[in-house]
Amino acid sequence: MNFKPTWRAVFFVAAWVIVYLALDPATSSLVSLLPLPSGSKLTEAIRFFLYEAPKVLLLLTIVVFVVGIIRSYFSPERTRQILGKRSLFLGNILASMLGIVTPFCSCSAVPLFIGFVETGIPLGVTFSFLIAAPMINEVAVVLLFGLFGWKTALIYVVTGLAIAISSGFVIGRLRVERFVEDWVYAVKSRNLTLDSNPTRDDRVHAGFDAVRDIVSKVWLYVLIGIGVGAGVHGYVPENFLAGIMGKSAWWSVPVSVLIGVPLYSNAAGIIPIVHALLEKGASLGTALAFMMSVIGLSLPETIILRKVLKLPLIFIFVGVVATGITIVGYLFNFIY
Amino acid sequence: MTIKVLGPGCMNCKTLAGRALEAVQQLGINARVEKVEDIQAIASYGILRTPGLVIDEHVVSSGMVPKVEEIKALILKQSGNVSR
Repeated sequence: MNFKPTWRAVFFVAAWVIVYLALDPATSSLVSLLPLPSGSKLTEAIRFFLYEAPKVLLLLTIVVFVVGIIRSYFSPERTRQILGKRSLFLGNILASMLGIVTPFCSCSAVPLFIGFVETGIPLGVTFSFLIAAPMINEVAVVLLFGLFGWKTALIYVVTGLAIAISSGFVIGRLRVERFVEDWVYAVKSRNLTLDSNPTRDDRVHAGFDAVRDIVSKVWLYVLIGIGVGAGVHGYVPENFLAGIMGKSAWWSVPVSVLIGVPLYSNAAGIIPIVHALLEKGASLGTALAFMMSVIGLSLPETIILRKVLKLPLIFIFVGVVATGITIVGYLFNFIY
Repeated sequence: MTIKVLGPGCMNCKTLAGRALEAVQQLGINARVEKVEDIQAIASYGILRTPGLVIDEHVVSSGMVPKVEEIKALILKQSGNVSR
């Protein structure tokens, strides 16, 4: 038996804990060494950046590692098998939750859609998966946790799930089968058996691969985002946005969603910006709605899906999800 | 031998096609590397994730970009299966 990768994982986690514990004192002493006038705007901005950037990057690394390992237990093939015999409502719940842990990239949305439909998974259940998978991901959760605390992260996951479940359910009830491109139903794919039975070593490798893959892709966005956040933190007066993105502006939620839907950014790019918005007086519901519509819906994704969905279903899909996001936005503005 | 890379032209698909070509060159075998971008054709292989790698009509991987060394091993394995 070969323990090597497992030991590597143990060392990695141990080193991570040590660095994490040392981080706060280290940044504090670093900041105190800098020749910065205390209380100036620049000092505040730099301080913010030096504290937040390493903390968020560290959190990101460990979570991506753990999620990488968890995801090695899931695959779209397996998810499809689990969803195969489910009824509508239960299926929607399961599909949304599996959407979080199943490895998915929106570039694979089309083959996945066809594969699901071919197995007889109801359309509404398939949509629940397609909504949850991009919207709720580990990068989003880590950033929310790192910048806002666990409550906001939890709210995001729960409301994201609720939107995926209910949107999928509504779409399923609308009987939209006729709006799927006809050829999709005609696809007869050969039975694919990619037998993979990952060992523990493979799973650890999957974790490290995920770190290499994802962190190398998003670290720059994280830094830029926190940099923007730091600038806003130091220079833009508080409550600057209260008038246009605050609670009192009833139209702020739908307008944020309308702006957010066509835009696309990954979670790493948008969350630090949301952080800055919130700090300057935007209300939580409005900021959350903006973020969800940017990550969850996008023009590129609908263009990809247009290959398998007729135009009316594209509009139904975007319309239902955007409505769900708007409701969530209002709900939070109302509660907080 | 025919090697097909299934994918609608995303970043990973291009990387995979490049690596497949490199693997073929390194092995010095006579093989053609084709890109399959038509979505119906891709779907007919039954993969749920792109990019897919197909060697002589056998799907050998999907949803990941194997390293050049791994592709070489897959090619050798597949050609071994055929000759035996």
